[in-house]
Amino acid sequence: MLVRFWGTRGSIPVALTSADIRRKIEAALALAIAQGVDSPDKLRSFIANDLDFSLSQTYGGHSPCVQIETNRAGYLACDMGSGARAFGGRIMSSPQSGPVEVDVLMSHVHWDHIMGFPFFAPAYVPGARIRIFGCHDVLEKAFRLQQSAPCFPVDFSRLAANIEFVKLEAGKTVDIAGFRVTPKLQRHTGDSYGYRLERDGKAIVYSTDSEHKLEDPSETDAFVEFFRNADLVIFDAMYSLLEAVSVKEDWGHSSNMVGVELAQLAHVKHLCMFHHEPAFDDQRIQSVLNETIRFEQLTRGSQALMVSAAFDGMEIEV
Amino acid sequence: MDIKNKTYSNVLVLSPVGRIDHANSEDFRNGVAPFIDRCKTDGERIVLDLAGVDYISSAGLRCFMLAEKQARAQGGLVVVAAMQPVVKEIFEISRFTLVFETFATVREAIAKVSPAALKAYQA
Repeated sequence: MLVRFWGTRGSIPVALTSADIRRKIEAALALAIAQGVDSPDKLRSFIANDLDFSLSQTYGGHSPCVQIETNRAGYLACDMGSGARAFGGRIMSSPQSGPVEVDVLMSHVHWDHIMGFPFFAPAYVPGARIRIFGCHDVLEKAFRLQQSAPCFPVDFSRLAANIEFVKLEAGKTVDIAGFRVTPKLQRHTGDSYGYRLERDGKAIVYSTDSEHKLEDPSETDAFVEFFRNADLVIFDAMYSLLEAVSVKEDWGHSSNMVGVELAQLAHVKHLCMFHHEPAFDDQRIQSVLNETIRFEQLTRGSQALMVSAAFDGMEIEV
Repeated sequence: MDIKNKTYSNVLVLSPVGRIDHANSEDFRNGVAPFIDRCKTDGERIVLDLAGVDYISSAGLRCFMLAEKQARAQGGLVVVAAMQPVVKEIFEISRFTLVFETFATVREAIAKVSPAALKAYQA
C-alpha cells in the first residue's frame, strides 16, 4: 500500500516566498563553502547527505489531500484540500483503461478540506465517476455552496462527472475501493471524522482535525483502540502541547506529544505528523519533528515508533 | 499519589513522587488542588519540587497548566524546580517553559520567589 501526500498544511494553503528561497540558498551555500564543496560530485553528495530537509526541500503548503493507492483501477483519497488540484492533474495524465473512478473520504467540510474540489480536473470529465463519502449531513451542501455564485464561476451543477455523495456512519465499517473503512467521530468544531482503512493485514488511520481532551480517559482509550496496531497513523499535530491546552484549547486540533503518546499506547508502527500550522516555516516544522523524535526516544516502551512529518509529495510505503 | 508538602515562611514546597501520567493525573490534580486554592495574592507561593518525578505525560502537564492558570487568576505564583533531565526535556518540548519559570534547585526557586522564605529554608 502506498500513501501519497498531495496536501499537508492546515487551515489555509501557504507558499514559500522569494525571501524564504533566498534564505535557503544562502544557508546552503554557506554550508557548502564551509565543507569545501568544489566539484559536481561533491555537490550532489552534499545535497543528498549533508543538507537538512528544511534547507534542501520544503514541506509544501497545500491543504489536506492524501491519496491511498488501491489494488484496482480506481483512486482513493482523504479530503479535497488544495492538494487535490495536483492530485487531479496526476490522474488526468495517467493512462486510463476506462472511465476515471475516484472515491473520497471526507474528514469534514471546513474550507481547507474542500477547497481543492473546484480545481479537481476529473470533476469536469464526462463519464468520470466520483463518490464522496462522509458522515456529515451537510456534505453535499458544502460542496455545492463553495461553487455557488458569487464565490466561484462554475456552478457545481455544471460539473460533467457523475458525482455521488454517500453518507457513512461512525463506527460502521464499509467496503470502499478495496479497503475495510471505519469512520470515527472526532472532537472538532462541527465534528470531524477519522478513518481507519484496512486491507491485506495492514491498517492506515487518517485522523486529522481532531482535538484530544486529556481529562477523559475513556476518550483516550477509544482513540487507542482506533489506532490499535496501525502500520501508519496520519495525525493532526498542529500545535505544541502548551498551545493545545491553553490559548488554543477548543480550537479542534492536537499536538505532537499527544500523537506520540496515543501511538505508543496503541503500538502503532509509524506516526506521521500532519496538518502543519500555516505560520510555521520549513525550519520550524523540521525543529518540531526533531523534538518529537526525541520525545519518542525519551518515552519509548518496548517498541520503537517511527515519527515523520508529512510533506507535499511525500510517499510512504505501508 | 504521594505529594509531600512543606512550608517555609510564605513559600509552600510541593514534592510529588513517581510518574504523573494518564493513569494518575487526576489524583495529582486533586492532590494539589487544596494548596493551589491557598496560592493567591498575599498567600503562599508554590514551588513544585520535581526531583522525585521521573516522568510527566501530556495529561500530567495539563494539570500543571490548570494549577498555574488558577493561581495566576488569584494573584498567586507557581514555579517549578529540580527537574530530572528527562522531565526537563519534556517540559522544553511541550513549550511549558514559556509559562513556568523553572529553577535548577528548590533553593534557587525559593530565593527568587521569596528571600524571606530562604532564611527559613536554610535554617
